[in-house]
Amino acid sequence: MTPELKGFLLVSIVKLLVVFTVVMVGVALLTLLERKVSAWMQNRRGPNRAGWAGLLQPAADGLKNILKEETRPGASSRVLFLAAPAMAFIPALMLSAVIPFAAPLRLDFDFTLPLLGRFVHQGMMPMVVADIPAGFLFVLAISSMGIYGIALAGWSSNSKYSLMGGLRASAQMVSYEVAMGMSLIPVLLLTGDVSFSAVIREQQQTLWFVLPLFVSFFVFAVAGLAEINRLPFDLPEAESELTAGYHTEYSAMKFSMFFIAEYANMVTISAMMATLFLGGWDIPFTTWDESGTVLAVLVSHLFFFAKVFSWIFLIMWLRWTLPRFRYDQLMALGWKFMLPVALAYIMVIALALWGMGQLGWTAPGTRAWALTAVSLILGVIILVGLDRGAIVGGSDLRRRRLAAAAARTQLAGRPGAPGMD
Amino acid sequence: MAIGVKVLKRPERQVSYVRATLKGLALTFKHMFETKVTMQYPEEKSTRDARGAWSLSPRWRGTHRMLTDEQGRSKCVACGLCPQICPANCIKLVPGEDEQGNRYPLIYEIDEFRCVFCGYCQEVCPEEAIHVGQHYENSEYSRSRFVYDLERLQSQPHAVSTLWDPTDPRGE
Repeated sequence: MTPELKGFLLVSIVKLLVVFTVVMVGVALLTLLERKVSAWMQNRRGPNRAGWAGLLQPAADGLKNILKEETRPGASSRVLFLAAPAMAFIPALMLSAVIPFAAPLRLDFDFTLPLLGRFVHQGMMPMVVADIPAGFLFVLAISSMGIYGIALAGWSSNSKYSLMGGLRASAQMVSYEVAMGMSLIPVLLLTGDVSFSAVIREQQQTLWFVLPLFVSFFVFAVAGLAEINRLPFDLPEAESELTAGYHTEYSAMKFSMFFIAEYANMVTISAMMATLFLGGWDIPFTTWDESGTVLAVLVSHLFFFAKVFSWIFLIMWLRWTLPRFRYDQLMALGWKFMLPVALAYIMVIALALWGMGQLGWTAPGTRAWALTAVSLILGVIILVGLDRGAIVGGSDLRRRRLAAAAARTQLAGRPGAPGMD
Repeated sequence: MAIGVKVLKRPERQVSYVRATLKGLALTFKHMFETKVTMQYPEEKSTRDARGAWSLSPRWRGTHRMLTDEQGRSKCVACGLCPQICPANCIKLVPGEDEQGNRYPLIYEIDEFRCVFCGYCQEVCPEEAIHVGQHYENSEYSRSRFVYDLERLQSQPHAVSTLWDPTDPRGE
């Protein structure tokens, strides 16, 4: 092994350990935050017995879950029942490896250890465990693997509730995966690259993509909520209909693993949101954050954390505000609204970019502001349309049409019709 | 008194999705900063003093008390009406009589596990001796401790409950 490779391995292992620890502890604290937020929104106090303000509650929950009895339904499929929690858990954690969480750090070292030899690292170190060129394609690929865990958990439990939950999960995630992937193509068109570092660089130079690609942002936000099975799209769990959905039959730590997977997915989708549309670790209106000093790295990480955290809070806030979608509404929203909008928006952005190329507006700033104008107009039209119920009328629209048709038939058939008194 | 039924008028035409969502979000956000209503139970407790919703009702029927006279003897004359009326059959009474012919309970035990806290014993008692009380913290370390004997019934300090009065149904 060359000293450079050893240096690379060393920093990678350190980053790996740090990210893993932070994500696991963060997920544990998120479960507490969720309960606190729900309590505050319902004028309650939330858990406040274990530790100061309930901060040890996740530890108490974890301990309880480890000590509890593991049960397994007699008729379940043994291997898959045991493997399913891990299959939901592993992809959720894998995703945290590719998201840049701070500005690159200038790191130069050259030292020799007694047994291991010489370690060398020179230049900027990207603050991400694996800065892979496949970028968000990797995220889309791995996040769709998470549904295997859920679908198999539902199937292998050999219980009706679990099966329904698993079926719903697979249908929902397949539907929204399409819209989610499509909503990211405008990002690719504008950046010309799928890697997260390229997307962040483009946003640093121009605008955060939430403005020039507003419609993509909206579609991605909604599809992201559906992907991670959070309310208002939590049909796979749907405790009022399906007991606990796909994890009805799970107990103890296996149940806990589904829980961790759900929250890890929440972190990932919020981090994606922050990276792709809110500038990642970028601090607006300054280029100081790219200087590579330790302070710049820390401050840029704080900005990244603030963005991710606000998005997580928004997800929780939505959960404790909105009721659950009905299944047909969910499917109608996915296939009849999100997908066409995402597809049409790809055309709009492609045409706009081509048109600007013809006009000679090639400066990144000009392009971004022109796209912002187009996107905001489209965004307002879409939101107003959504608001009026013109886009997703669901079965209510159908019911109103049927009622109108029935009234017309009744009027037409009135003279001499039998039994109309 | 007729029960008021609130009839919700469902919006037929002016459905709104985005505005309604935003309104809901604003409402839940506002609630985050309102006064919390949780009662911190072991530190704060329901009491008899008027503290709005958290005071115990004067008609609360909890574990029993046997009232005593000035000499500290129980008021019970062992007439046998309470074991007779008790629907749960949880009162055990063995009567005794002293030289003057005064009747008193030799054994008076109430099994609080069997008791349904109907308050009939208090209602039927001619001497106003046995009462149900305003008390709700009944935990014990063993099952046998739930059979309250006469001494225990007499030494309970909590307030007795006020039974429902048919002439004053709302307690005014």
